[in-house]
Amino acid sequence: MKPFDYIRPERLGQALSEGAKPGSAYLAGGTNLLDLMKTGAARPERLVDITRLPGLDRWEWGKDGGLRIGAMVRNSDAAHDPDIAAAFPAMAEALLSGASGQLRNAATMGGNVMQQTRCHFFADPFSPCNRRAPGAGCAAQGSDRRGFAVLGGSDACIATHPSDLCVALAALDAVVEIAGPEGLRETPLTDFHLLPGTGPEGHTRLAPGELIIALRLPAAAAGFRHHARYLKLRDRTSFAFALVSATALLRIEDGVIAEARLALGGVAPKPWRATAAEALLQGARPDADSFARAAEAALQGAAGHDAKITLAKRLAARALTQAARGTPARVPALPGSVHSGETAHV
Amino acid sequence: MSHTLNLTINGTAQEVTLDDPRVTLLDLLRERLHLTGTKKGCDRGQCGACTVLVNGRRMNACLALALSHDGAEITTIEGLAQGGELHPVQAAFIEHDGMQCGYCTPGQIMSAVGLIAEAQAGADPERIREGMSGNICRCAAYAGITAAVLQATETLTEEAERA
Repeated sequence: MKPFDYIRPERLGQALSEGAKPGSAYLAGGTNLLDLMKTGAARPERLVDITRLPGLDRWEWGKDGGLRIGAMVRNSDAAHDPDIAAAFPAMAEALLSGASGQLRNAATMGGNVMQQTRCHFFADPFSPCNRRAPGAGCAAQGSDRRGFAVLGGSDACIATHPSDLCVALAALDAVVEIAGPEGLRETPLTDFHLLPGTGPEGHTRLAPGELIIALRLPAAAAGFRHHARYLKLRDRTSFAFALVSATALLRIEDGVIAEARLALGGVAPKPWRATAAEALLQGARPDADSFARAAEAALQGAAGHDAKITLAKRLAARALTQAARGTPARVPALPGSVHSGETAHV
Repeated sequence: MSHTLNLTINGTAQEVTLDDPRVTLLDLLRERLHLTGTKKGCDRGQCGACTVLVNGRRMNACLALALSHDGAEITTIEGLAQGGELHPVQAAFIEHDGMQCGYCTPGQIMSAVGLIAEAQAGADPERIREGMSGNICRCAAYAGITAAVLQATETLTEEAERA
């Protein structure tokens, strides 16, 4: 690991001025950054530890039922809180489908939004990677595309965004609160991550020195709580990144879909909100035909791996079907698993 | 520049001075404090062999920067047995043969202690398996591990009810 200086500010203003200095990286839970520093994929000269900044490790409910979650809230605390899980069950299921118990105790909500792709060429400093070393090329282009983007990729990069949480946040219309040298600003989560285009090295809209301080879930997002699922296909049922995942949210009134939200994970370089599918579902009956048409629309234009595209369509339809049946009373024993509720194995 | 940090490790307060901020909690425990019960498997957060309790919560010591945990209370496998008596999770692992080669066992046991404290899995074997998925056992002693965690959950619940 490359040597670095370590700074642990106790005030936000101090953290921001330290973070703006060249070569700085913010350290929160460290589960992604330290890992990349060990491989040499991340080489910060200064770590600015934000774990002691006041006020970032809690959440608060708005009077209208919206929720503001501080960036340093640990994934496990957000997922296990009964009120959060009741209002935003798909987010709780997404969180609990990710990583392991140990990692969720360390990882933070802000850090999850900031996490880097798990493309193994990105993590390996001996492979060409435009995201890590602009202009070096992309080793993934010539490989089996199963683990890579089928939507939103480019000749420069086809890495997928690995987050489960962000797929739920995208569907829930979450807002990212950002502090920086110029003050506070905010952006919708769906605009926060960038598609690679010709320059994949900047994967978010954060300017140097800027820091996520909170995530906000609007009150309207709790309106989907009765019909919400997060499903995730992966190579083993637990502790694996998504091959394909889907958040499906429905509001059903008088047997008709009043409003639908659908977001996909594992298929694109950013959490993929499927707005065309949502438009098709509005006013439709919550049945197999509607969901199949929505799934087709969600994968419109996808290319690169036919079997993965088929899987994604089926998972999207399945997530919508399960959401229509109703949110489980409790996050299933195997969160995100298509086997939940069945005896998958004994 | 050297950095000083204070940790309470298995109940004993310790002041440690580091000449390099790169030291992980795992390397601090093993290489500097010679608490080698905590194992280094993958060193990437993927296997769980390094699991310890940080302020009562299970974490991967390999992905924890020691300096970032200044002031924390750390419990390692060496700190579980009290007065020569095994912790109920340790006893259950022996009784149910929850190991073969034993390398992952300290991490499995610390993870199980953390899992039971989280009180999310209860006595549901499926939730226990899911909750323990951050600990890989190359010998695949999973059936014994699940049985051990189930029994320890019962024992600890009964103890808590008596207290």
